Amino acid sequence: MTDLNKLTLAEARDQLRAKEFTSVELTQACLDAVEASSALNAFVHNTPEIAIAQAEAADARLASGDAPAMCGLPLGIKDLFCTKGVPSQAASRILQGFLPEYESTVTQNLFDAGAVMLGKLNMDEFAMGSSNETSVYGNAVNPWRRGNDDTPLTPGGSSGGSASAVAADLCLAATGTDTGGSIRQPAAFTGITGIKPTYGRCSRWGVVAFASSLDQAGPMTKSVRDSAIMLETMCGHDPKDSTSANLPVPNFEAMLTGDIRGKVIGIPKEYRLDGMPEEIGALWDDGIAMLKAAGAEIREISLPHTKYALPTYYVIAPAEASSNLARYDGVRYGHRATLAQGDGITEMYEKTRAEGFGHEVQRRVMVGTYVLSAGFYDAYYNRARKVRTLIKQDFEAVFEAGVDAILTPATPSAAFGLGEMSEADPIQMYLNDVFTVTVNLAGLPGISVPAGQNKQGLPLGLQLIGRPWEEGDLLNTAYALEQAAGFDAKPGKWW
Amino acid sequence: MLDLTYETPKPKVIAGAKHDWELVIGMEVHAQIATKAKLFSGASTEFGAEPNSNVSFVDAAMPGMLPVVNEFCVEQAVRTGLGLKAQINLTSAFDRKNYFYPDLPQGYQISQLYHPLVGEGEILVDMQPGIARLVRIERIHVEQDAGKSIHDMDPAMSFVDLNRTGVALMEIVSRPDIRGPEEAAAYVTKLRQILRYLGTCDGNMQNGNLRADVNVSICRPGAYEKYQETQDFSHLGTRCEIKNMNSMRFIQAAIDYEARRQIAILEAGGKVDQETRLYDPDKGETRSMRSKEEAHDYRYFPDPDLLPLELEQSWVDNIAATLPELPDAKKARFVKDFGLSEYDASVLTADVDSADYFEKVAEGRDGKMAANWVINELFGRLKKEGHDITSSPVSPEQLSAIIGLIQKGDISGKIAKDLFEIVYSEGGNPEEIVETRGMKQVTDTGAIETAVDEVIAANPAQVEKARANPKLAGWFVGQVMKATGGKANPKAVNEIVAAKLGL
Repeated sequence: MTDLNKLTLAEARDQLRAKEFTSVELTQACLDAVEASSALNAFVHNTPEIAIAQAEAADARLASGDAPAMCGLPLGIKDLFCTKGVPSQAASRILQGFLPEYESTVTQNLFDAGAVMLGKLNMDEFAMGSSNETSVYGNAVNPWRRGNDDTPLTPGGSSGGSASAVAADLCLAATGTDTGGSIRQPAAFTGITGIKPTYGRCSRWGVVAFASSLDQAGPMTKSVRDSAIMLETMCGHDPKDSTSANLPVPNFEAMLTGDIRGKVIGIPKEYRLDGMPEEIGALWDDGIAMLKAAGAEIREISLPHTKYALPTYYVIAPAEASSNLARYDGVRYGHRATLAQGDGITEMYEKTRAEGFGHEVQRRVMVGTYVLSAGFYDAYYNRARKVRTLIKQDFEAVFEAGVDAILTPATPSAAFGLGEMSEADPIQMYLNDVFTVTVNLAGLPGISVPAGQNKQGLPLGLQLIGRPWEEGDLLNTAYALEQAAGFDAKPGKWW
Repeated sequence: MLDLTYETPKPKVIAGAKHDWELVIGMEVHAQIATKAKLFSGASTEFGAEPNSNVSFVDAAMPGMLPVVNEFCVEQAVRTGLGLKAQINLTSAFDRKNYFYPDLPQGYQISQLYHPLVGEGEILVDMQPGIARLVRIERIHVEQDAGKSIHDMDPAMSFVDLNRTGVALMEIVSRPDIRGPEEAAAYVTKLRQILRYLGTCDGNMQNGNLRADVNVSICRPGAYEKYQETQDFSHLGTRCEIKNMNSMRFIQAAIDYEARRQIAILEAGGKVDQETRLYDPDKGETRSMRSKEEAHDYRYFPDPDLLPLELEQSWVDNIAATLPELPDAKKARFVKDFGLSEYDASVLTADVDSADYFEKVAEGRDGKMAANWVINELFGRLKKEGHDITSSPVSPEQLSAIIGLIQKGDISGKIAKDLFEIVYSEGGNPEEIVETRGMKQVTDTGAIETAVDEVIAANPAQVEKARANPKLAGWFVGQVMKATGGKANPKAVNEIVAAKLGL
């Protein structure tokens, strides 16, 4: 009964039901793993008391035969989710000491389904970043290393803590959120699976907002099956979120047949970037071959507005963020700067926000404020909205023409070294999102599946993009890819 | 729809030192929507609650909280639009207006800049009988109110009460069609009346549930007409906006002051700066709040937390079908059906409770007589005692019964006033009171003849004088009324006196 923490959700679920061990035992195994993982800095706030209490309750339900979908399964929760009575500070100093008096809809859904919370996970501050280096807690570290080189690598971002924790078997799965790739990029960097569902599938209520029209929660798991199980529990209509879709949630797991014969897989030519590392191109080609071998029809497609996606994203997301983050003003909760004699309200705002927000957040708030300001609104924000519509129409046209899913690389590279990008132009960091932001702009579901390793042994991921609301079909294609790729590597334990 | 014909009033002209000047005024009225819950949260809107007790997580802008529009608020705004004969936009959208202030927890107000719920409408502003100004409504949008900052409770600290935060407002924006301080006050009065008829705003200005921002500019006579022809604002002067007034008196005083201030500037060769000003009622003057340069850049953009508001035409039609009769129609109907003067009809339709009261009184009675009784006797008496029509001690049924007794000839007008007084202070059934207290007037000609005979016999000298000057017959009538305790039918007394005196 050792290494229970290494199980997948599906395995643990089935074995719990078979009474092979208890949720308390499983949870304790995870808590021990978390305890020993400080070098990864993935968990930023541990909740062992809550975890054991939830595990005991789950064991009682399992004993009574009333075991819901996630009963007794230990998870990590990204710090962006408000969890009742548990520190929830979006990895920002400005929310220091904030204890929500409410539970986000997504975590409530998970807990209602019997899930166990081990603690809160590291992330980029306010989910703004691709390397976890903007966190007030310091960055999480990727459990993977380049062969024998012990250079610490980024787990990606913003859901880097989630990715690191799942890859290192600190928990069975974790919640993530994805505004421009924040689930899929870290999943790819750490050899795990992560799905961003269609915009509107998961309630945003109780999730600290970054960019409201792009933010979606999703699961980060050890397998496609686990993503199917956990996504089904996380999503569903929420009357408290006006953008939440009132649609039935199918049984995603039951749709995993692995049969994709006759499915049309689009390969967008615009995603073949100049200067893309050879290993990424090769992985993509492998993925194409695997899906073809599984009986899918491969079709080259064009998404002509792709090249505008990144600038469009970096106008819209900061614009929304500049407004969403205005509430962090030191008046009602979180950090408030110590004021000098004679300081007024303006000084309170300025000092509080200067102290409370890190550089990347400040940069995006300023960019967002600029693009919305009088005289620039039409040139930037309004134009970006129009381009966003065109990007969406690119996808609609392709799906209209019969394409079922689109295969792309998940990231333009494998995980990079922590600090390697810190001196670079911020645009270099933004380029990490080049394959993923289009999906958020179009509101589509996208999944990152580990599909291979580079020469240094680092995991690489492929992304599949599906039709809106057809996560079940997308998960099944991902399942076929997962089976074909047979990725089962694990990072060597060094932490 | 019944319409009364009217003439347009003359614009107010102010004589400057050098020229005459006219005023051009547009108004933005903020009306709190009559509803129990806030616009985007379930929190209560009750006035006067303990500070910060009507505050939800959404109102306090806790992290991750999201707005969900209160459908009833939308319904109320649509009802208002229909009441102002306005275009209802089946698709509208909410925008964020961004600025920092401690009583604005989100750091933005959710409003509607780009796509308001209600488009163009109109209000007929009554000035005097037969004279009214048609003011065009540009738009009505729905938005959140801010909370309240309190700066005078502590020398070092400010306090914030979020009870009002997120309460639903309608901002009703007029075109610059108002031409003087009195018209501005009359506009707000009429708007308030319509909102109260519709039940979409209680119109309580003291509590701040109805507030007005007033845009004032001045121009030389003739310029406004050019603007009207072309809709080109360059014919008009630079405007100043006077913010947040909640009294008709302040509105008039502020406009008057502001117009004179602008005239003085222009006549001295200066230039009016476009700016936002505040009216100080203690000093009776407006002063600059912020200039155009200091104006906030609100960075409006569509609120990504809210989907566009889509309405079904049938839903709007259902609201339209349940719209009450509005003041203009009611007034016209009162003039037509009850034969009232426009003035009396205006008084009776000023609020819907008075109008309903009157209609109950007037049922089966002479309309004019009913109007006189309601306006002169009842309103006068209620006003003296500080009562509202809804708390009148005399019910419409009782007043109707009193008027019925007059019309039947059972009591005279004078006795009726005594009877009204009894009913007002003691209550009771007017018919029974007349019976039991012997107030019924004498119509038995035999009894009246006897009384007339007695007065004639007792006053021979007066008889001589009256025969010489028939106008003096009234003295005999008075004597007879006195002798009968006022109960004799005055018409019968007149006739008999004239006959007996041989006039």
